[in-house]
Amino acid sequence: MSGANHVDIRTLSHPETATLEGKNKFLGFWFFLGGETVLFGTLFATFIALRNRVATGPSSQELFSLPLTFLSTIILLVSSLTSVFAVLAMKEYKIRQMQLWFWLTVVLGLAFLGLEITEFKEYVHEGLGYTTSAFSSSFYTLVGTHGCHVLFGVLWISALMIQSYKKGITTVTAPKYYVSALYWHFIDVVWVFIFTIVYLLGILGG
Amino acid sequence: MTANAHALAAYNQRKGFLSWLWTWLSTVDHKRIAILYLFGGGLFFVIGGIEALLIRIQLAVPQNDFLVGSTYNEVVTMHGTTMIFLAAMPLVFAMMNAVVPLQIGARDVAFPFVNALGFWLFFLGGIVLNTSWFLGGAPAGGWTAYAPLTTEFLGTGSDFYLLGLQLSGAGTLMGAINFMVTIINMRAPGMTFMRMPLFTWTSLITSTLILFAFPPLTVGLFLEFFDHIFHANFFNTAKGGNAIIFEHIFWIFGHPEVYILVLPAFGIISEVVATFSKKRLFGYTSMVFATVLIGFLSFMVWVHHMFTVGLGPMANSLFALATMTIAVPTGMKIFNWLFTMWGGQIHFTTANLFAVGFVPTFVMGGVTGVMLAVPSADSQYHDSYFVIAHFHYVIIGGVVFGLLAGLFYWWPKMFGKILNETLGKITFWTFFIGFHLTFFPQHFLGLIGMPRRYFTYFPDEGLNTWNHISSIGAIGMAIGAIVLVINIVITTAKGQKAAGDAWGIGRTLEWSIPSPPPEYNFAQTPLVKGIDTFWKEKMEGNKKVTPAEPLGDIHMPNPTILPFLMSIALTIAAYGFIFANQTSASRPLCLVIAAFGIGLMLLLMLIHSIKDDPGFHYHKEEIIEIEKGAE
Repeated sequence: MSGANHVDIRTLSHPETATLEGKNKFLGFWFFLGGETVLFGTLFATFIALRNRVATGPSSQELFSLPLTFLSTIILLVSSLTSVFAVLAMKEYKIRQMQLWFWLTVVLGLAFLGLEITEFKEYVHEGLGYTTSAFSSSFYTLVGTHGCHVLFGVLWISALMIQSYKKGITTVTAPKYYVSALYWHFIDVVWVFIFTIVYLLGILGG
Repeated sequence: MTANAHALAAYNQRKGFLSWLWTWLSTVDHKRIAILYLFGGGLFFVIGGIEALLIRIQLAVPQNDFLVGSTYNEVVTMHGTTMIFLAAMPLVFAMMNAVVPLQIGARDVAFPFVNALGFWLFFLGGIVLNTSWFLGGAPAGGWTAYAPLTTEFLGTGSDFYLLGLQLSGAGTLMGAINFMVTIINMRAPGMTFMRMPLFTWTSLITSTLILFAFPPLTVGLFLEFFDHIFHANFFNTAKGGNAIIFEHIFWIFGHPEVYILVLPAFGIISEVVATFSKKRLFGYTSMVFATVLIGFLSFMVWVHHMFTVGLGPMANSLFALATMTIAVPTGMKIFNWLFTMWGGQIHFTTANLFAVGFVPTFVMGGVTGVMLAVPSADSQYHDSYFVIAHFHYVIIGGVVFGLLAGLFYWWPKMFGKILNETLGKITFWTFFIGFHLTFFPQHFLGLIGMPRRYFTYFPDEGLNTWNHISSIGAIGMAIGAIVLVINIVITTAKGQKAAGDAWGIGRTLEWSIPSPPPEYNFAQTPLVKGIDTFWKEKMEGNKKVTPAEPLGDIHMPNPTILPFLMSIALTIAAYGFIFANQTSASRPLCLVIAAFGIGLMLLLMLIHSIKDDPGFHYHKEEIIEIEKGAE
C-alpha cells in the first residue's frame, strides 16, 4: 500500500492523497476538524452566555485594545497565507521553498503567541484573574484553548519540518504536511471568530 | 494463530506469559481489539450489574439500612456512569471492530494505531473512574453530574468522574473517526453505500453522532474540571456563573448518546432478524433512511431532558414536537423487522430470541418515551421511577438485548466456536422475564410518586409490593448473566467448532471467510454484486465470493506498544490533576506530575511521528498455506 515509491513521485499532482493511507489521513483529519468545530462552538456559546457576567472584576470594554488584537489578527492571517504557499510548494516538490514557507508560518505563530501572552499578562495586571468572574473564566478558557492549539500547531509543524530535511516529500510525508496546514487554517478561522465575537463585540459592548 | 505468530516473531522473541501479554498490549489488529473491547466492556458490565443489585437490595424493603445516604448516592452514580460509558459504549465498539471491516470486505481499519489508542484510553479511563472507590470515595452527583452540585458541594470523588470520562471520551471520539473513514474509504469494489449491510450503516451513523456529540461532553467536563480544580466560575452563581449552561451542554451530548448506543443495536437486530428469517431485510432503503433521520433528529431534542427547568412554553413545545417526530422513523424500523419475519423461515436461535424479544420491549420503551415527550405530562413524571422504567426499557430492552443478540450471532466469527444454545436459551428466558419483572413495576412506582435516586421509602406509601417484585426480578437478570459467563467458559473449553458460515445461512461478507478470520481477513478482496452478496453467490451455486483481485502479497501494519504507553501517559496526567485537589500541601507536586504526563504524551506523539512503520508482508505462499489450514 505504501509501495507507491516505485513510481516516480513527481508524476503525482496530489502526493497527499496518492495512497490509501494518505486518503484516509486526509478524510480523517477533516472529520477531526468537524469535531473541533463543535468543541469551539460549545466554548463560544458558553462565552456568549457569560460575557457580561463580570461580577466585581473589570469588563471587556475596560480591558480590550483594538490595535493589539488587530495586530494579532493580521499576523495569524498572514501565517495562514504562508502555509498555503508551503502546500503549493509541496505539490511542486520544491522542498526548500516548502520548508521556508512553513518555517515562516512557525515564526508568525510564535509572534502571535508572544502577543497573546503579553496581552494576558496585562489583563492579570489590571485585575482580571482566571477566578475573578464568570466572564474572566470563559474568556481565558476560550482564548486560551485557541492559544494551546496554536502552540500545538507550532510544535507539530516544527517537528515535521525538522524531519523533512531527512525524509523529503514522499507519499508518506506529504499527507502529514498537508493536514498540518489544514490544522493551521482551522485555528486561523477560529481566531477570526474570536476576533469578532470576543474582541469586536467586547469593545463595542453589544 | 499462525497469523499472530508471524507478527510476533517479526517483533520480539519473548516467550510465555510475557509474550502473551505483549501481544495483547501491542496489538493493532481490529479483531483482537474487538476482543479487548468485549472483555473490557464485559468487566465493567459485571461491575455495573453488581452495583445495580446493591441498589435493588437496598430498595427491596421499606426503610432498609443496607446502603444509606452518600454511599447509596455513590453506588447509583457509579451504576449509571459505568453502564453507559464503560459497558454499553465499549460493547458497541467491540461489535463494530469485530464485524464492520469484515462486512465491507476490508483487510483492516483506516487507522489501526488510533484504534488501539482508543481502546486503551477507554479502558484506563474506566480504571481511573473505578479506583475512586479506594481513593477517597466515588463520585456521588448522579451520572449527569449537574453543576453546581458536582463542582461545589461534593468531595473529590467528582474529579475521578471528570478525568476518567475525559480519557474514555477521547478514546471513543478517536474510534468514531476511525470507523467513519474505514467505512467511507475502504469498502471492497462493488460495495456501494446502498449495498452496505445495515449494521455497517448504523455504525457509520453512530460514529458521525459520536463525532458531533462527544466534543460538547469534553467541553462540559473541562468546564466543571476548571471550576472544581482551578476555581473558575462557569457554574458559580456568586461570581456570575450559570449552572443551566452545564445542563444544556450535557444534554446536547447526552441525548445523541442514547442514539449512539441504540443505532448499532438496531443494526444488529436487522442482521439477526434477516439471517434467521432466511429473508432479505424488508425495506432496506427505508431502514437506511430511518437511521439517517434518527441520527439527524437526535441533535434537536435535548431540551426534553430539561422541560422542568423553565425555558418557557415555546422552547418546550418545539422540542416536544421534535421528540415525537423521532417516533416516526423508529416505527418504520419496527414494522420493517416485523415484515422481514413475515413469511420467513424463522430459526429461534438464542440470537434471534433476543432480537424477537427486543421488538415488543423496545416498543414499550418507545411508547413511554412519547408520553414523556409531552411537557405538561412530563412535569408529573419528571425525576420519578417512571423515567427510570422508560430508559431501562430502551437501554436494556434496546441496547443490551441488541448487544446480546449480536454476541450470540457473531461469537463464532470472533472466536471460532458456537456458544452453547441450551445455556443460551436459559440466559434469554431468565434475563427476559427478569428484566420485565424488574422494570415493569417501576412504571407504577413512578406514577404513584416514588422519586428516583432516593435511598429509601416509608412502609405506608403503597410502594412496598412493587419494589419487592422489582428486586426479585433483578435476581432473574443476574442468573441470566451468570449462565452467560458459564456458557462462555464451557464453550471456550470444549465448544463446537464453527465453520466459516457458522449458521449455514449467513448473508453478508463476514460469513464468507474462516472463523476466526486470518489476520488479513480476506486472502483476495471480494467483488460485491449486491445487497447480501454472499447469499447471492450461494444461490448461484458458488461456495466462495468472487474475488476482485488475484492472489498476492498482503501488507499489514506492525504491532506497537505506543498506544498503550500514550494512554498511560494521559492516565498519569489525570491522576496528577485528581490528587492536586485532595490536599493543598501536595498540590504543586501533583500539578508537576500532571504536566509530566502531558509532556510524556507529547514526546510519545513525536516518537510516533518520527518512526515510520514499514509494516510487514504476508507472502502469497504463506497465504495459500493459511487458507488451506482454515478449511
